[in-house]
Amino acid sequence: MSGAVRLLAALIGLAVLAAAAIYAPAVLDDYMVRVLIVMCINAVLVSSLALGNGFTGVFSIGHVGFVAVGAYVSGILALPLEAKASLLPDLPSWLASWYIGFLPSTIAGGLVCVALAFAVGAPLMRLSGHFVSVATLGFLVIVNVVLINADDFTRGARTFTGIPMQTTLPWALGWLVVTLVVLARIVYAPTGRAYRAVREDTIAAQAIGLDVLPTRLSAFVLGAFFAGVGGSLYGHYLGSFSPKSFYLQYTFLLVSMLVIGGMGSLTGSIVGVIAVTLLSELLRNLERGMDIGPITVPPLYGAAQIVLGIIFIFFMIFRPSGALGDRELRLGWLLGRRNSSERT
Amino acid sequence: MSNPPSAGPPLLAIEDLRVDYGAVRAVHGVSLHVAAGEVVALLGANGAGKSTILRTISGLLRPRAGQVQLDGAPIHRLAPARIVRLGIAHSPEGRRVFGNLTVAENLRLGATSRTDRDKVPADRERMYNLFPILRERMHQVAGTLSGGEQQMLALARALMAGPRLLLLDEPSLGIAPLIVRSIFATLGELKRQGTTMLLVEQNINVALGLADRAYVLRTGEVSLTGTAAELRDNYERVAEAYLGARQ
Repeated sequence: MSGAVRLLAALIGLAVLAAAAIYAPAVLDDYMVRVLIVMCINAVLVSSLALGNGFTGVFSIGHVGFVAVGAYVSGILALPLEAKASLLPDLPSWLASWYIGFLPSTIAGGLVCVALAFAVGAPLMRLSGHFVSVATLGFLVIVNVVLINADDFTRGARTFTGIPMQTTLPWALGWLVVTLVVLARIVYAPTGRAYRAVREDTIAAQAIGLDVLPTRLSAFVLGAFFAGVGGSLYGHYLGSFSPKSFYLQYTFLLVSMLVIGGMGSLTGSIVGVIAVTLLSELLRNLERGMDIGPITVPPLYGAAQIVLGIIFIFFMIFRPSGALGDRELRLGWLLGRRNSSERT
Repeated sequence: MSNPPSAGPPLLAIEDLRVDYGAVRAVHGVSLHVAAGEVVALLGANGAGKSTILRTISGLLRPRAGQVQLDGAPIHRLAPARIVRLGIAHSPEGRRVFGNLTVAENLRLGATSRTDRDKVPADRERMYNLFPILRERMHQVAGTLSGGEQQMLALARALMAGPRLLLLDEPSLGIAPLIVRSIFATLGELKRQGTTMLLVEQNINVALGLADRAYVLRTGEVSLTGTAAELRDNYERVAEAYLGARQ
């Protein structure tokens, strides 16, 4: 495809997406719209997780720690002043008298995560393999404990509430497009090639003159930015949340979306999000129990989690690199054409 | 140790190098030098410390004592990436190609340290002419290449850095004899073009066929050194230095 055709295709695609996002609420029912919003947010989180875990091969389990930080930072900043005074009376005065809107607070959430990721990543990105996974899990635990105990800022284990529910479908979809465009431009460029080289073999990567630590750290930090953004979107979608909203259960959900979709692929992340979301929504409706003709299926609470766990295990056994592995879905492939390999 | 007859310091000089792996002393007190344009072989049995020396030169290991100098300036405290930028490329033991990346991607990665980006395509073309099989396999994922093809790729990847000194760690390891001969023919071609090499080998014959000089290493020390011609004529002495047999 020539550049002009590509640009035109991208613009048409964006226009269709924008129209769909704006008019979807008129056509779809509220439930569908909510599922779509959550899918977009999760796609932001999973694709940014794929950057570090899939492309640089540093398997972090602490992503949700950044999601939590993004949600709380943007939540505190975007809480209207009256709500701040009544819900967070002990907030320091410089924060208590300060209020910024949805977009700036989202970016602020992302930037705080960037700073945090530098501090956490500088020592952790020296580790490899299982060590880094365990260490990032430690980071998640620390974030959780700090959120619970910093009650002046977070209301502790109680629900943090009152955040304007501003994450509409166009916002969520818009951020998803931004995330994917930024990540794709990095991953399928010399930087991304360096990421994959470091993942494949750190010794060989050093031998050709790549610095392993800065390479890994840049992916970790960028992933953390979008984790913070996603956290803010999630916070502004839910309106109220508590530290346990961002803990092990959410971590497992994101990791299973990532692994099932394929870690080394951005479109794989989206496939994983769609597959897991559809499945868990379906199962969630089934587990309440139902009547199929003469047979009454009793409620099976927890079935969704169990089935998701089993699917996760099956993927690990039969397709450990996920549905797409390292490949990307391409338009040509969807249309049934064989794509020419462009990986040179 | 004597410097080469030409004026100025040699391209690479190692002085009294000592390297430990934890409590194990891998290299103790090795001195050697490589002049520009020279091919020097480092021979020795498994565990003699050959690879350790190469890894120390390229900054992957830190020496406990001693010096590594490039053009007379110490480099043994620099990060590997800096050392590559100074002009030392390392084709590591066991090939270590990026298996899930294509041949072309591997070659491009070899040029990571280059600042003269405009010359990279020409060099890549040179590599494809040097190893025509790589051109055929260009879009293939490197992990699917045969051992010999992977070795050619590892060599070409190192050359893509445009090095002044090429470190080669066992290019014949685990490769069919016919392919070894072809790879060493290419190395001979590179030598004629003026590429300086420090070659680690267990295969004495092919190494002495290519090299100008050689050092034989035994348990972390130099046990014999000389020109390749001298060593070829004194096969028993090489074997003795290699294995440590007494007369």
